[in-house]
Order: sequence, then C-alpha cells, then structure tokens
Amino acid sequence: MTTATGPATARGPVAAPPSAARIARARAALELRLYLRARQAMIFSFLYPIIMLVIFGSIDMGGTVAGGVTYVQYFTAGIAATGIILNTFQQLGIRIANERDAGELARLQALGTPAISYLAGKAAQVLVTTAAQLAVLVVVARFAFDVPFPVDAAHWMTFVWVALLGTLAGTALGFAVSLLPKSAKNADTVIVPIALVLQFFSGVFFVYSDLPGWMQAIASVFPLKWLTQGMRSVFLPDAAASAEVAGGWEHGRTVLVLAAWIVVGVAVCARSFRWRRVS
Amino acid sequence: MPAIEISALRKMYDGRVVVDDLDLSIEAGECFALLGPNGAGKTTTVEILEGFRSRDGGGVTVLGRDPARADRRWRSRIGVVAQTTGAALDLSVAEAVRHFGAYHASPRPADELIEAVGLTDKASARIVDLSGGQRRRLDVALGVQGRPELLFLDEPTTGLDPQGRRRLWDLVTRLRADGTTILLTTHYLDEAARLSDRVGVIAHGRLLEVAPTAEFGGELRDGATVRWRTGDLVHEVATRTPTGVVRQLLAETPDGEIEDLEIRRPTLEDIYLALLGAAEDVGAGETAQPAEPEPPAISTPPSETAPPRQPRATTRSGS
Repeated sequence: MTTATGPATARGPVAAPPSAARIARARAALELRLYLRARQAMIFSFLYPIIMLVIFGSIDMGGTVAGGVTYVQYFTAGIAATGIILNTFQQLGIRIANERDAGELARLQALGTPAISYLAGKAAQVLVTTAAQLAVLVVVARFAFDVPFPVDAAHWMTFVWVALLGTLAGTALGFAVSLLPKSAKNADTVIVPIALVLQFFSGVFFVYSDLPGWMQAIASVFPLKWLTQGMRSVFLPDAAASAEVAGGWEHGRTVLVLAAWIVVGVAVCARSFRWRRVS
Repeated sequence: MPAIEISALRKMYDGRVVVDDLDLSIEAGECFALLGPNGAGKTTTVEILEGFRSRDGGGVTVLGRDPARADRRWRSRIGVVAQTTGAALDLSVAEAVRHFGAYHASPRPADELIEAVGLTDKASARIVDLSGGQRRRLDVALGVQGRPELLFLDEPTTGLDPQGRRRLWDLVTRLRADGTTILLTTHYLDEAARLSDRVGVIAHGRLLEVAPTAEFGGELRDGATVRWRTGDLVHEVATRTPTGVVRQLLAETPDGEIEDLEIRRPTLEDIYLALLGAAEDVGAGETAQPAEPEPPAISTPPSETAPPRQPRATTRSGS
C-alpha cells in the first residue's frame, strides 16, 4: 500500500513516529515538573509521612515495644512503608483519575501515545520522588529521633529491595485503582479510605502484633502489611524478629506477596486501561 | 483515493440507533463541514472516523485504513482537535507546545505554532490562567503540531471572540492551501460557509443533505423574505418571487417611503434550519431526504406570495 498519493498529500513517505521510549523520557521529565508544581501532592503524599514522623516522634509514648525497640523506631519503619503507598497507590490513583476526567488522557490517545510511555513516565516520577522521600525520612529519623541507620550493607540492601518492590506494587495498584472511580469527583472518596484503613490495620500507628486477629488477617492480604514488616527488618534490631507474629521477618513471603500484587495491578491495567472517562 | 470513505455506517447505544446507514466520501484536500444539532450523531461519527469508537455496521476507510485497526503510523497522519481534551493546567503554553513536540516525527516549530494561533503574548502563562478561548486555540495548535494530512476540527471556534475566530479561520485557510484534508464540525453556519468546500447536514444519525457549499439547499436558495414596517407592525412575507411582492407593495403605496423595506435571501443558517424543520416533520425519518423540497419557514405556497391582507406582527408567514 502506498502511503501518500495525489497532489494534495504529496508529502513524501510518512516518517515513523518517535519511539515509545523517547516519549516515555519526555513524559518522565514532564511528570516530575508537574509533581513539583502540584502543591496538594507535595503535602499529602511527599511531606505527610515526614510530618507524621515528627509529630509521633515528639510525643513521649513511654516505654518500648517488644524486643527493646523504641516506639519511634517501630513507627519509622511503618511510616516509611506508608509514604511509599501514599506516593504510589494514593497519589497516582487520584492523579490518573483526574487526568482522565480532565481529558488529558484523551489528548494523549489522540496523539497516538503508547500507553506504556504514559505509565512509564508515571512510574519514573514515583521512583524518583519516593527515593527522595525515603532519604529525607531516614535522615530526619536518625538525627531528630536517634533511630539508627540500617546497621550494615545487608540491611541497606534489604531497604533497597523492599522499597523497590513496594514502590512497584503500589504503582501498579495505583494504575489499577484509578479505573475504579467513575469520575474524578469520586477519586478521593474511593482511594483515600482504602489507604487510610490499611494504615491502621497494617501496623503503622499501632504495633502489629497487638492488633486483633481479624485485623491482622485482613491486613495480611494487602501489600502495606508486608511492606511495613519488611521495613521493620531494616530499621529494627535482628532480635526483634522473634516478636513478629510469625516469629521472623518472612522475607520470602514478602517478596511473593508484593510480586503477586505487581502482577495483579499490571494485569488489571493491561485488560482495562482506558484513556477516556466512562460516558 | 478519497481521504474518508464511509458506507452504510451504523452505530447503536443501548439499542437506540444513533448513526443510521450513513454514506459519505470526502476527497483528499477537501474541507468538509458537518452540521447538525446536538445529539444528531456528529461527534459519534467523527469519533468512529478517529478510531476512538467502535461501530456496529458498515465500512469505514480513513487514509486507506480501517480506523478500528489503527496503528501509530496511521494516527501520526491525523490531527484531532476535540472538545473533550484537556491539558496539564500547571504547564505554560510554551512548555506544553515544546513537550508535545516530542510526540511527532517532524513537529511544526514551537514559536511559529504559538504565533499562528495568536498566543505569543501568553507563551509563558500557565494554562490554568488562560481564558476558554485561549485554551481552545492551544487545542488547535496541539492538533496541527504534527503536520497532519487529515484534520478533525470539532467546534474549533466555540468560545472564541470575533478576533480569535478570524485568526483561526486564517489558520484553517492556510492549512487547506497546504493540502490538508479537513473535517469540520461546527454550529456556526457562517464558519461553514467561509471555510468549507462542501456541507453535510446530519440529524437523527442520517445525512439530510450533502452539497457544495455554494449550491447547498438547492431549491431552498430560491426563497426570499420581503420585510417592511407600518408603524409598530412588522410584515414579513416569504416568497419565491420577491419582485412581484415588492411590485404589489409599491402599487399599494403610491407615494412616500415604505419603512424598513428589505429583501432577504436565505442564509446557510436559514437553509439549515429549514432542513432540520423538515426532518422533524418527517419524524425520526423514514427517508433521508426531505420529502417536500418546500419546508416551512422559508417558502410559502404561491397563493400567499401577495402581501397578506392581515399582516402578522413580527411573525414569519407560512405554515
């Protein structure tokens, strides 16, 4: 088949559009720029965990949790995990729902943007901002509240893979959950409560092993519980492992659960991603 | 080869037919204006052509491809200015134009494009601070950035001030001169008259009429309205023989001025409204063409071409 024929379209052969990777790079730069300009995202996803750490760390909760661990040390692990979920699942889910509702995604579709370029741009933004958030959090915890840095290279490695897997799972689920609200008006009301309830059930504000069994059972289906447990294995002494409900850090199971949620999020997205709001 | 070829296109929503057996062919390089009331099936038809909506029957070929099986290379040859697209509000005009340049093989230069839509003064303004008309112009800029062969313009001048409309018309005229095929949907009949080579009217999912803009309306064009005033009464007579009406009027007014005397030929808008009126009379339409080429509101039966004995104030004559 010839591409352009006739005097009206005598423009020579049609050049191939830029690669998906090139558009993804442009998207990533754009997403970071927009993130820095969006005050709401800055306060509710980037600064929130740091503010919470300062508040909870400043209140003398008295004594220690099991295993000679201070409360602020335990809470640092939980709030690091929460920050990841807020930055990915919550912030991304709401933002994508908003962009779809405002017709920004319809424009991308009209321009022939590969969905993978759009999603990769989002993922890149989330990885950069989450890394920055964790860096600030760890430094504030160390110098304001004497929470030690991860003790050795092995613990730093654990920190990296737990954060990375958690970020990817939260990102994939953020893509998926953005499909849930029918319009942007509902995005906050649908997405925020999910993240909020999971924080209470997953051992962020309260010690997980003190929670009632049914809460533990619900939480253990979702990623946040595994993410907080993984973060405890980074920030708490190894001796504290015996105080966990399972009597250990369960790294293997953590990898499996987080990986499973990545698969679920990607599968939902691949099946049902849409550029336009439901009409 | 036509740029767009539609045969027996059909689309249903929940068992309701919204596009009904529609046939249309648009030549490469042509500017075609699609007119019709809200809900007539315009946007649905256009979105099927753009590859954003599935169809329930019929054949569609756009730039040699079935839009339902569009790929990126095909899409890169098409420009879309839709009513439903948004842009990141926190970006400036220049940032948005520079960013979206990355989506095209050979984008128009950013400064040139911003100038062409008259946003040079606003280049560093955030999109959130633009007026509705300015945002519309940005939509147009982003729609033509990739030098499309075929451009879908969905109500491009809605919300624009007269100066903005003029500027946009100039841009569309230049695109046409470059050989861009344009499918324009609009509510402004003067816009269709000014820009398009051919006009089609759609209602109830069917094309009522397709004709070159200069010939649009056929016999409806022959109608005229003679209007004058006596005191507070405005007389209006629709006729095919305005000279006869005026001659009789002059005979009845041997001296003095006939107040506010005018003879009006139907505008594209009059013809359009007459066509739609006829379509409504036929109901949801057994036939796609008006059965009678003399719909109300424009022409009247010959017996009424004389001035009415009892003039009706400010109302149009005819049934």
